[in-house]
Amino acid sequence: MIITNVETIPGKTVSRHFGLVQGNTIRAKHVGRDIMASLKNIFGGELTGYTELLSESRDEATDRMVAQAEALGANAILNVRFSTSSVTQGAAELYAYGTAVLLE
Amino acid sequence: MIDVAIFLSLLISGYLFGQFFERRHYRSIIEREKNTLHIPLLTLKTTPSGLKRCDAALVTGNVVVSVDYFKRFLAGLRAIVGGRVKSYESLVDRARREAILRMKEQAIDQGAVVVTNVRIETSSISKGQGNAIGSIEVLAYGTAISPYRP
Repeated sequence: MIITNVETIPGKTVSRHFGLVQGNTIRAKHVGRDIMASLKNIFGGELTGYTELLSESRDEATDRMVAQAEALGANAILNVRFSTSSVTQGAAELYAYGTAVLLE
Repeated sequence: MIDVAIFLSLLISGYLFGQFFERRHYRSIIEREKNTLHIPLLTLKTTPSGLKRCDAALVTGNVVVSVDYFKRFLAGLRAIVGGRVKSYESLVDRARREAILRMKEQAIDQGAVVVTNVRIETSSISKGQGNAIGSIEVLAYGTAISPYRP
């Protein structure tokens, strides 16, 4: 499965379009990470726990998108976009979407 | 009296540690930016011409950073009179450069020659949590183009 955020790949042509595929996940952080984060709010710096949490969740959203594309019979997803929104206190939604295509 | 003491110690430790972490972070950013200069980043949607056949893969880099107590206090003061909030500018700048660097390092690991269509997204993940504002997430993503490997 080729995943890119460009519209064309040199040397390959799109032979079929399958339309939009998407994946999302909503994650809340746990208390332990929250305590560390409140300490960091005093001293500043990177919140490693949150960085990992968000990148794991984004991978999961991507996996769901890929599963959807595979079910359609696509071998690539082009023009992938990510978006993040905070839905409620302490929880964030990670969303990935793109166009599933068959490349040759 | 005790409240004032706690406030002052938070302010001072925030200032000292915040400055220390920020300097150290900037040193590492500048060092790594020098080491990754050979990979150009493009925000163009098209892949560079001249490449006949190549492999493309999505690369991402993300980072969550938090502002320190002292800077938050400064920003609070600044909100009264208005104007440039310098203390937050450096926070966002650091986060963005760090995210771009992580993306670049991932691209280098894959043997990429160029990263096209770079997009950078900033979001506040602790929005609406009373006074807990000040942590932001930056995500940088793009397509790493590497020579074709059969």
